[in-house]
Amino acid sequence: MTAATMLAPKAPLWTRLPVVHQFRQSIGLQRGMLVVGLVITGVFILTAIFAPLLAPYGYSQLRDDNGTFGAQQAPGGAHLLGTTVGGYDVLSRVIWGSQTAIAVMVIAVVLSIFAGVALGLVSGYFGGWLDRVLVVVCDAVYAFPALLLAIVMGIVISGGRSDLWGGIFAAAISITVVFIPQYFRVIRAETVRIKAEAYVESARVLGASNGRIMFRHVLRNATRTLPLIFTLNASEALLTLAGLGFIGFGIEPSSAAEWGYDLNKSLSDVSSGIWWTSLFPGLAIVLVVLGITLVGESLNDLADPRLRSRRAPGNTGVVAATSVVPGGTLDAGPGGIDGLETGPLAPDPHPNDDPFEAK
Amino acid sequence: MQSLDAPDSLCNCEVLMTTVAMKAPVPAAGRSSKKKTSPGGGIGRYLLLRFLLIFPTIFILVSMVFWLMRTTGDPITAALGGKLGPDQLAKLISAAGYDRPILIQYFEYLGQIFTGNFGTTISTNRPVSEVLLTYGSATAELVFYALIVAFIVGIPLGLVAAYWRDKAPDAFLRVFAILCYATPVFFAGLLLKLVFAVWLNVLPVAGRATVGSELQMQFLPDKSGIYFIDALKTGNPAVFADVLLHAVLPALALGLLTAGVFLRLVRTNVIGTLGTDYVDAARSRGVNEFRLVSKHAYRPALIPIITVIGLQVALLLGGAVLTETTFEWKGLGFMLIEFIKARDFVAVQGIVALLAVIVALSNFIVDIIAALIDPRVRY
Repeated sequence: MTAATMLAPKAPLWTRLPVVHQFRQSIGLQRGMLVVGLVITGVFILTAIFAPLLAPYGYSQLRDDNGTFGAQQAPGGAHLLGTTVGGYDVLSRVIWGSQTAIAVMVIAVVLSIFAGVALGLVSGYFGGWLDRVLVVVCDAVYAFPALLLAIVMGIVISGGRSDLWGGIFAAAISITVVFIPQYFRVIRAETVRIKAEAYVESARVLGASNGRIMFRHVLRNATRTLPLIFTLNASEALLTLAGLGFIGFGIEPSSAAEWGYDLNKSLSDVSSGIWWTSLFPGLAIVLVVLGITLVGESLNDLADPRLRSRRAPGNTGVVAATSVVPGGTLDAGPGGIDGLETGPLAPDPHPNDDPFEAK
Repeated sequence: MQSLDAPDSLCNCEVLMTTVAMKAPVPAAGRSSKKKTSPGGGIGRYLLLRFLLIFPTIFILVSMVFWLMRTTGDPITAALGGKLGPDQLAKLISAAGYDRPILIQYFEYLGQIFTGNFGTTISTNRPVSEVLLTYGSATAELVFYALIVAFIVGIPLGLVAAYWRDKAPDAFLRVFAILCYATPVFFAGLLLKLVFAVWLNVLPVAGRATVGSELQMQFLPDKSGIYFIDALKTGNPAVFADVLLHAVLPALALGLLTAGVFLRLVRTNVIGTLGTDYVDAARSRGVNEFRLVSKHAYRPALIPIITVIGLQVALLLGGAVLTETTFEWKGLGFMLIEFIKARDFVAVQGIVALLAVIVALSNFIVDIIAALIDPRVRY
């Protein structure tokens, strides 16, 4: 059998892309939630990219040609969403805030994935005392209130306030420390499971080095659940950033716009009935977290056969690439499951069988 | 995700995040047969092992906080640097023993914590343990109220969502649950304040009680610091009502955060149990639908919920810091922020250490309850 005949005809590339695949797999309510989440997230990312074009003023701008903006101006006129107690334009700060938010989210998630995956892989693969210690440490850190840990890290890294990138990195690293245990646990559990698989043993028998087994055989099969944690953590990162900003570990208003900081400053406004300084930055946080969480939730549900809404029999859709099937999904076999069928419209040899059985 | 097959994930809180957690333990028959049952490994052994595990957890957290905080320098320079001359600073530092080797300070600190001595605050010069006692009761009260709100809102709504799975009520409630999670507690607090305290003017804006009520409770012979109890002791219904009214908004803000988590948990687990044979059997016997959901499907779904409450305590304590700041609720979280502003790191370290102890203890208690209910948890 040549290599060419082994390869099954695969679906076109674009239908196998992560989000597109899940979109095609989803139906009804789940598709609706996924679409809403994707739209909100998309708008958020576009806002961050085009903030310089969208924002009417700079994030630290206090005056224009007509003089200073004035503090606590009601919405309307030159300031669509009013001005803050510090005299900044609310709309501009909300728009610029998306840049800070996205920077912190990306840095925090990327850093924690690298650290958590590396630790989990090594710990799960080699086991022994290192594994024991890391598990206990990660359990301890994981059980601790995330915000408190981030506060301690914030004190250590920046000693409080700092400039733009200092502040962003301080927030991102504080959040990273909180997230590492989550990735660690997932990857470690998967590594322990995969380590016992036959193909890992075969690789060892063939003389593959530990490094090769770890990265080629184990890591590639252990990362299936990562996208789910990834989306959920991105939203948690934003909430932690806002929490840090709210209690005074924010980034100075002259360095960047940060929604949590603005909410902190609006605390006293609320008592005097000034609603626009708190409502809009708060809504921005809620919307972004909502959007990302909707995407994450939908991906999560679609990956779990127990939670996935099913199509009517006869139109069963496809098996989720991200669902965790012990021993791998069915398409891992020689030629794949598709290779066993002559074609999508081949006459059914057993017309009375359960339509689910084929998959 | 079940803990059964992973004996080395020592504490049962291996629930990864709320959403992943939810789908964990749909009770699966036959799962327990996989587990190697060790003869003589009863509940007593599990209790002991789980109890011993508290100590490394507390030790790790306290050590981590100590070393992290110490990388910023000694607490006295942090708090008073710039306010005093270098000579005075040096004198204070050597008086407090911060010029000794850091390892000695570390072991001394561990010893002190073991005996319940958390040091003396620099900014107010009070024993940290006294601060913890005074303000801890306020935080405990807030967290307790919030849990009540979370149960009352989260569990019934979760049952509704599960019963009408993928129908309109479910869609609405799922979005509500995500909104609960997506709204930072302080933003929820600000909105509640704006609507109920400022616009409608029916509830107080901030604080735990009016000055008048606090004065009345101040003169009680044996006050507990828990205003609910103290207000009852005054025997004055006006004071009691005042204290309760002050608690409504903070409890709602913090409680809704957790209510969303409970809602989702109940929903997912009840969906799992609703599909089981015994529910079908009960339905075929003619058990009415309400009873079916509220008893047959709900009871077994409780176990995973109890396991997750341990993690919720950590979430609630983190949320309490923000809620207390929003509502000027003078508890540990409020004081923590005050101490951070004053750069009083001895006090910060003490509060964080105490919270670590509380988190470790509550996880322990929850694990024990889970083990008592479900024999499969023990190993």
